[in-house]
Amino acid sequence: MALNLAEALSSIVTQADAADWRAAIRLAGDGLVAGGATTEAYTDEMIDAVEKHGPYIVIAPGIALAHSRPSPAVLTGGLSWVGLATPVEFGNKANDPVTLVIGLAAKDHDAHLQVMRALAGVLSDSEAMTQLHTAATPDDVRGVLGALAAAAAA
Amino acid sequence: MKIVAVCGMGIGTSVLLKMNAEKVLAKLGIDADVEAADMGVARGAAQTAEIVLTSEELAEELGDVPAEVIIINNFFDLDEITEKLTEKLTAAVE
Repeated sequence: MALNLAEALSSIVTQADAADWRAAIRLAGDGLVAGGATTEAYTDEMIDAVEKHGPYIVIAPGIALAHSRPSPAVLTGGLSWVGLATPVEFGNKANDPVTLVIGLAAKDHDAHLQVMRALAGVLSDSEAMTQLHTAATPDDVRGVLGALAAAAAA
Repeated sequence: MKIVAVCGMGIGTSVLLKMNAEKVLAKLGIDADVEAADMGVARGAAQTAEIVLTSEELAEELGDVPAEVIIINNFFDLDEITEKLTEKLTAAVE
């Protein structure tokens, strides 16, 4: 739990604009590509996953975990963070609309477990999530995540 | 007891669900083996598991399985997971 999620993030974007869920996932994909975690093909794979399985990636109120399976489009694996300025509908009955999209890419089924544990810790902390949902800048996000990691390590 | 957490890809949502289910089971003092699986693996694994944890969309896709299927809306709401697991486990014992 001592892992600082901010250090695991390939990129952080806040107050982003996305016209629909595809555009929102594309932003998360762009973040993974910018960080060298994946190629652009992975972005399409994440969108295909939702087209195939439905909007189940909206795993909690306001939070979408965009991802696909390990593939050649995954270079190093990683996480990206996209805070949306305007909430976007993904078509998920229980948890729409989405204000935070996290892009996830993994090389295999086990490599990213430590990062996932840190992510689970952050996303289940409702106080931190309130701060993160309203974060105006990437540095604000890093600040909240850093404080959480420090508190978990203490 | 065997529990399967199911998602489309087997690397993201099911892993998070497995982690939180394990937290809940430990708190309840229940000895269970929780496995994360993608849809393809899950169709097989669900044949031998007692409980399947998944989301509403994927429960429809999974279709009929012998296991009890529990639909979780908020994967980070430990209270929701606790309540739904307890309900099924109590029903299973009776």
